Amino acid sequence: MKTIVCIKQVPDTAEVRINPETNTLIRDGVPSIINPYDMHAIEAGLYIKEKTGGSVTVLTMGPPQAETALRYAISMGVDDAVLLTDRAFAGSDTCATAYILSKAIEQLGVDIIICGKQAIDGDTAQVSPEIAEFLDIPHIAYIRKFDDIKNDRIVVQRLMDEGYDLVESSLPVLLTVVRELNDPRMPSLKGKIAAKKAEVKKMSASDIGAGEDDIGLKGSPTQVRNIFAPGTTKDRKILEGAAEEQVDLLLKELTELKCL
Amino acid sequence: MFIRIQKDKCSGCETCIDSCPYDAIVMKDGKAEINELCQICSACLSVCPEGAITETEENSDKKEKGQGAGVWVFAEQRDGRLADVSLELLGVGGMLAEKRGAELSAVLFGSTEKEADELIKWGADRVYHCSAEIFSRFNDEAYSRLLSDLIRQYRPEIVLAGATPAGRSFIPRVAARLRTGLTADCTSLDIDSETGNLLQVRPAFGGNIMAAILCPHTRPQMATVRPRVMKRSEYDSGRKGAIIKVTADNITSRTNVIETVKEVSGAALNLQEANIIVAGGRGTDGQKGFDLLFELAGVLNASVAASRAAVDEGWIPYRHQVGQTGKTVGPKLYIACGISGAVQHLVGMQSSDIIVAINKNPDAPIFNVANYCISGDLFEIVPMLTKKLKEVKGL
Repeated sequence: MKTIVCIKQVPDTAEVRINPETNTLIRDGVPSIINPYDMHAIEAGLYIKEKTGGSVTVLTMGPPQAETALRYAISMGVDDAVLLTDRAFAGSDTCATAYILSKAIEQLGVDIIICGKQAIDGDTAQVSPEIAEFLDIPHIAYIRKFDDIKNDRIVVQRLMDEGYDLVESSLPVLLTVVRELNDPRMPSLKGKIAAKKAEVKKMSASDIGAGEDDIGLKGSPTQVRNIFAPGTTKDRKILEGAAEEQVDLLLKELTELKCL
Repeated sequence: MFIRIQKDKCSGCETCIDSCPYDAIVMKDGKAEINELCQICSACLSVCPEGAITETEENSDKKEKGQGAGVWVFAEQRDGRLADVSLELLGVGGMLAEKRGAELSAVLFGSTEKEADELIKWGADRVYHCSAEIFSRFNDEAYSRLLSDLIRQYRPEIVLAGATPAGRSFIPRVAARLRTGLTADCTSLDIDSETGNLLQVRPAFGGNIMAAILCPHTRPQMATVRPRVMKRSEYDSGRKGAIIKVTADNITSRTNVIETVKEVSGAALNLQEANIIVAGGRGTDGQKGFDLLFELAGVLNASVAASRAAVDEGWIPYRHQVGQTGKTVGPKLYIACGISGAVQHLVGMQSSDIIVAINKNPDAPIFNVANYCISGDLFEIVPMLTKKLKEVKGL
């Protein structure tokens, strides 16, 4: 089985704060991490390799520094790493990003593609289904358990609002995974050594045969017009006094508003 | 458009680097440089003390706008029943259609003519309805193929869908198939009065910032909206409209749902329909705190929710999670106990009518969005609230 895991290097959004004076993000000291859902995708790729043999390739698109994320994946046990990097990719939205990744995957060849269910910086969850559409293969989102993996067929549990669906698909297929699926392993010493030595394959727009109208800003149907800090304040009352007074006051107010 | 740094003007002061939410400005040979992460959000333009950063327009940017007219809402059904988010989309869709002087249509896969007629009463002028067997259950490929075909045939200008598990899974396929833009989880939608484009606002970076997104050149403009974010329009039992029957010949799928298993019922399931929600965060300090919340919820006939912090600690299952990575809720009353109020949580509950916050820390951000702020210990306040409510209700 040939598996490709798509990952993204993201700022740790839990650490990001807004500077209220300048209305900009405070990024000082915010670490770059592998998108947490992608860690589960890497673990899933390694699980499939252990079950069925074959290889796991990790793929990302990003600036040269994204190589750090790829090397970490190698330290976890991934076989190869590919970095899609090119100035021409600048400004790519989800559609253009999915197109670029799909062109690379076409070249690499694949049976199963695994992605995290979404990236924590954008939270769109769009790139993965879009990759599947560009490749004209099926996809199953929110996998929480593998029930069966065969050469031509896979059966998985898809997490839904009220429970789960048991879904089967032909291969090749793209899967997105949720946290419940597994616990990502720690890098081994052997893996860390491999990560240092490994060669990360770099691919540019021309390497994957992507035309300039399909990538970067020109290939992106959506544009960010502007960004701003989320609004807060409403009518607000600070309840004063001892605990019991506060509770009494709250009950009185809520009763008047017919909230209870 | 393009962001450009004029190297001769750049003094290498690095001011712009912090202004970029996308980490797209890096220093190279003592000068700032834009890398491939740039999203052209223009945040850096005003911060450069040297005025070295400019926006430039390329000739090729002036593309012809795609054609299309009308606003479409994808009306999701589960077990034949219309999902609430479908009716909420008809609410906002109606506003957009009015501003564009266009019709509002709904697309319904599965269900019966009775549900199609309901959509008209909730505001649709037309309903495209396909009742083929393959649509009785959610299926990514079948749904995305037929919806793409219909969009190609009838050319709407705007297509909205619910950001539900199904919507978030199959709508991106439609956008990719049509090579058009899609904006996920919009919290506000409007028409830009100058250009007539759809103005889509959504949270990014875990809700730390809001981004306004446009899809200026391709049609349709597509967006998803989470449940409980928009308000429904008025139900009019006398409303008339057209139902257009759609057939689904040659629609097949390579995936198949073998079985649908329901695991949740009661409180957790009803989170998005709940009138009252009692929510706990890190301050609940585990099971003991949540026991108090469940007791309060019992008296109020409320559902129990949690912040990501509490779910990550393993104190309560994920399906109780409210926030950017959980559910969006909009109850009449939201009681936040021991929740600090990270933006990631706030975006999931801000549309609640009344918010009560109980927190030890008087500076907790949750107090910025609360209507009633109690700075105190939840282990004291919550049991007292429960006791007094029991008395009031004669329990």
